[in-house]
Amino acid sequence: MNEFTGAAGFLIVLMFGLCYRLILGPRVYNRLLAAGAIGTFTIALLAVMGYLFERPDMFVDLALTYALLNFIGTVAVAKYLENHSEEREPGEPPEGIAG
Amino acid sequence: MNIVSFTVMSFGLFFLLVTVIGLIRLPGFFTRVHAVSKSETLGLALVFAGLMLHEGMTLVSMKYALIILFVALANPVGAHVLTRAAVRTGIMPTRTRKPIDAPVPPQTSEGETQ
Repeated sequence: MNEFTGAAGFLIVLMFGLCYRLILGPRVYNRLLAAGAIGTFTIALLAVMGYLFERPDMFVDLALTYALLNFIGTVAVAKYLENHSEEREPGEPPEGIAG
Repeated sequence: MNIVSFTVMSFGLFFLLVTVIGLIRLPGFFTRVHAVSKSETLGLALVFAGLMLHEGMTLVSMKYALIILFVALANPVGAHVLTRAAVRTGIMPTRTRKPIDAPVPPQTSEGETQ
């Protein structure tokens, strides 16, 4: 029981708070934003967990890989939503978008 | 874990808490993007700065610096891509009150009747 345990528990509580917007987000964009934020919090959680398991040299590689994959995933889904939804003028009610 | 790294890491966790509060409480998608993209980057950078101060001058510390650099580059880019996709598919900013003044009509040149 040290500072890293408290930091990891605090990060997990914050990620449950982000799950509020992930589940109840009005549209798919709010959900994608919350999912990206959870992924970014996971980077910090992985780095802190390295000290809990006393292997920070291994967990930092996991955190770095997770940072790359999180960015790629967010950009890929955002570009998919941009290209595969119906063309409409800004301000027109966006019906038909999932979420 | 000395007091300096503990303080820096606590500030980082505070900014991550600000991110969560902003994402839950703010109205509209664009204000939430604003809350996430800025305070999350700063909070994560401060958390990793605290871990670097705890670690000292090692290879792991250099990898922490690499993570800070990558997140500082990638997080605003991801927010921009997401916001551009939202704008191009018709999401509008939430208006919580009526606009104070109507939009000004475009200026017409002299002698041109409009």
